[in-house]
Amino acid sequence: MNLLRKLVRQCSLLTLLWLMPVSAVNAAIEVHGFDDSRKEAIYKELIAELRCLVCQNQNLADSNAALALDLRQQTYDMIKAGAAKDDVIEYMVNRYGDFVLYRPPLRIATLVLWFGPFVFLAISLIGLRRHIHSRSQAKDAGFSSKDLERAERLLSQNRPDKAP
Amino acid sequence: MKARFLIPVGIFIALAILLGVGLTLDPREIPSPFIEKSAPAFELPRLHDSSVNLTPEDMKGQVWLLNVWASWCAACRAEHPVITALADTGEVNIVGLNYKDEPPDAIRWLQQFGDPYLASISDLEGKVGIDYGVYGVPETFLIDQQGVIRYKHIGPISYEAMNDKILPMIRELKARSS
Repeated sequence: MNLLRKLVRQCSLLTLLWLMPVSAVNAAIEVHGFDDSRKEAIYKELIAELRCLVCQNQNLADSNAALALDLRQQTYDMIKAGAAKDDVIEYMVNRYGDFVLYRPPLRIATLVLWFGPFVFLAISLIGLRRHIHSRSQAKDAGFSSKDLERAERLLSQNRPDKAP
Repeated sequence: MKARFLIPVGIFIALAILLGVGLTLDPREIPSPFIEKSAPAFELPRLHDSSVNLTPEDMKGQVWLLNVWASWCAACRAEHPVITALADTGEVNIVGLNYKDEPPDAIRWLQQFGDPYLASISDLEGKVGIDYGVYGVPETFLIDQQGVIRYKHIGPISYEAMNDKILPMIRELKARSS
């Protein structure tokens, strides 16, 4: 009995040992270390705001694509050398266009993109209001009193127990 | 009263046109901000002779194509006959930008499938690719005699694209300067 318990304990210890490295979370593919916490903050902001152009629904922080790796490296090098956030953004936009930014800049060309949904919402709300108005008005589109009497008579005919 | 009922039809037709046009577009294509701008400068070693460098200045005075390729790129293999056909017309010189590749692999690839390029240059780390806004392989840039990028083709060039778009543009650019 003792031997069996020892065996079970050893097996479970071994299993735990094997599981340990697997449970370590792999947060980054490469390590980009900063001495300056401000620079690190800018770097983290940038890789969250820049789009990976290969997997176009991911930002640079999340993407595993080779180009994302290169662009993260480029961003890191620039920030480490002392570039400002706007410098890196300008660098990327010069090469890849506005699409590289997750937040499209406010330009004349992007006015429709930014304000279009609100305009559509306003139009549909106005349209809805007018529709409701016209319906409530249509309700009172009067019947003549003669028609009302006739309607009452017909209704009371089907219900002999109810007095008109 | 009658005109009001045409409004939904009108909205439908407008929407159908809008969506119909949308069907012909590829949302994954990113337009290049370099069209009608000077080709970004670079200086890279030639693939077959790394002691010699090539710059865009060396190509001034002629209409040329910069074709981004790599030996690990399957689509480049598919595009290769078209690039060869383009080179065979004799109307344009093609410089290959060997992107993030191993020079021995690249040389072997060219030996195996044929070398249509005037020269290939090695962009080992992809830095020049980033400078040109390359986000996939293959991509091809059409550059004129003054070093201005006139057209970027994303993805492999088809025979259609070659005959309907690229060759006509090359001929037009040549005619313009002469």
